[in-house]
Amino acid sequence: MSGHEFQSYFPESGGVDYSDTSTAIDDRAIAELRQLAGRYPQARSALLPMLHLVQSYDGRISPRGIEVCAEILGISTAQVSGVATFYTMYHRRPAGKHHIGVCTTALCAVMGGDILLEKVSEKLGIHEGETTPDGLFSLERVECNAACDFAPIMMVNWEFMDNMTPAKATEILDKLAAGQEVQSSRGATITDWRSAERVLAGFDDGRADEGPTAGEASLRGLNLAQERNWTAPAPGSTTASAPAPSQEKK
Amino acid sequence: MTDMLTPVLTANWADDRAWKLANYERRGGYQALRKALKMSADDVMTAVKESGLRGRGGAGFPTGMKWSFVPQNNPNPKYLVVNGDESEPGTCKDIPLMMASPHTLVEGVIISSYAIRAHHAFIYIRGEVLHVHRRMQQAVREAYSAGYLGKNILGTGYDLEVIVHAGAGAYICGEETALLDSLEGRRGQPRLRPPFPAVAGLYASPTVVNNVESIASVPSIIANGASWFASMGTEKSKGFGIYSLSGHVARPGQYEAPLGITMRQLLDLAGGMRNGHQLKFFTPGGSSTQILTAAHLDLPLDFDSVAAAGSLLGTRALQTFDETTSVVRTTLRWVEFYKHESCGKCTPCREGNWWLVQMLKKFEAGQAEEGDIEKLLDVASNIGGRSFCALADGAVACVQSAVKEFRSEFEQGYHTPAWELFPYEKSALFATNEGGRA
Repeated sequence: MSGHEFQSYFPESGGVDYSDTSTAIDDRAIAELRQLAGRYPQARSALLPMLHLVQSYDGRISPRGIEVCAEILGISTAQVSGVATFYTMYHRRPAGKHHIGVCTTALCAVMGGDILLEKVSEKLGIHEGETTPDGLFSLERVECNAACDFAPIMMVNWEFMDNMTPAKATEILDKLAAGQEVQSSRGATITDWRSAERVLAGFDDGRADEGPTAGEASLRGLNLAQERNWTAPAPGSTTASAPAPSQEKK
Repeated sequence: MTDMLTPVLTANWADDRAWKLANYERRGGYQALRKALKMSADDVMTAVKESGLRGRGGAGFPTGMKWSFVPQNNPNPKYLVVNGDESEPGTCKDIPLMMASPHTLVEGVIISSYAIRAHHAFIYIRGEVLHVHRRMQQAVREAYSAGYLGKNILGTGYDLEVIVHAGAGAYICGEETALLDSLEGRRGQPRLRPPFPAVAGLYASPTVVNNVESIASVPSIIANGASWFASMGTEKSKGFGIYSLSGHVARPGQYEAPLGITMRQLLDLAGGMRNGHQLKFFTPGGSSTQILTAAHLDLPLDFDSVAAAGSLLGTRALQTFDETTSVVRTTLRWVEFYKHESCGKCTPCREGNWWLVQMLKKFEAGQAEEGDIEKLLDVASNIGGRSFCALADGAVACVQSAVKEFRSEFEQGYHTPAWELFPYEKSALFATNEGGRA
């Protein structure tokens, strides 16, 4: 293993795809982008939400989207594309109607995420970073999505699909492909990736009240405490000489 | 002595629709805000200082002290920024908190902003958690409608605007100065310090950046008193915290306990390791903290005790792995994460993590050569401490500690692939051709 073998190349790097100039950005979109810019003490702070909104219209970061953001914020298109290419949630090529993420960071990978990604990839007939020819699915291997107690996890349009197995994942993908209703484990009814991007930009879709308060794993400590009558000390009962409540209760 | 588990932040997570304002208020929600607004801003700050609350985002810096660094004679606006970019591998506490009880955070934001005299606050949440955004956005709308946010809050003359802001996929934005750059609409890259954010943060103005759990702890401190909070935990790590157990443990999940609980106690609460298996190693606070083993089961999980054992309490993200797990494979996958997430600003981190991944792949494939362990450690030592931010230190912590605890497994990487030593399907939680939790 000599030093010369080390490679430092970035296959995912490169800019936005300027060969595809199609766009759905209309006057309404521009008005909404301006509205976002107006929410912040300094307009440029709105750039990340604005790019989420561009994706909800164009299904990717489009050349027109970059131009419009630059115009509204009074910065260069290079500055906008520099930001757009830094963050992994921004797609340079069209994402699918449903964007599937499988977590393969260490813990999920070991708990079965590697096997899951392989099965999902096989099922969809695409590799990570690709979109199916019918435009229905795109696939990404995601980095830790903050749901380790539900490992291994899969994301559909950034909604949690907890405690995944290859069989459960297959069922979800079949239902989505057939246009049937799918429920997130801890979220709303699955809509589509573009609608999700619109919510992330800050536009309500009226689904906040769907889904549970918390998932099973999130409640394990609380349930145990309730079973055993464990609580935080009562306010005002907290001098150093206070008796140990745990001894009293047992 | 307090009880083994002390649900405060998690106490309402089993409530029906706990995320709704009316249900939060029914449990006494926003009473702490009413109390705080009758106190002076300085008294609120003093209460948080006296509680001993230390930052729950990993570094453990005293929250009240951080607030007191905001120069009140600075003519610029002051800002509060909540760090909800929860992305550290293993860390999964802020997401369920914001999903279940977003108003706990909103109430904490208002009280904390009042204490530092900010009139603008931002809740920066990683983008990849759609439903959390829905719940937080709705909670903020409800708080505006109820008069808890906006102009002249509860008739006190205090004004506050809160914006829920979505990130776009970048672990580095959990680093507070990178988060500020990101919130300014730039690539999220860490800034050189000083100046610290308290002096020149968002828009070069005085800014406090606090973790979600830190800010969410504030209402309980104001409601119940600093001494109540300080009666839990250890002398230097006061209060409660959410411990997140994941991996091969029988009942993974969130366990809210006084700081200083041990891994043995937590494992016991979580039903031990999955049936028929033993603990091999665990992270005390996410993948950026040095791994520990069964030898550390009785270590109190508080800031100072874990630091004394050569690791860090971090975010109390206890990822557990049993004897079926290859340390080499796990280390490789962690370093691949850091390689992917390095922002590219500092050469040692940007290039070094690429090198580490290539070396670790050879170890995994059983194709490393004699002397490669030393080379691995040499490369690691040229990454850690030689970059702007802690991402680089976190990246090498797992490598160095894995070699220290399991050197022989790396030596086996000179001749035998990890997947032969530890067939990977045995670590999975489902049977390879089907099934649920093993």
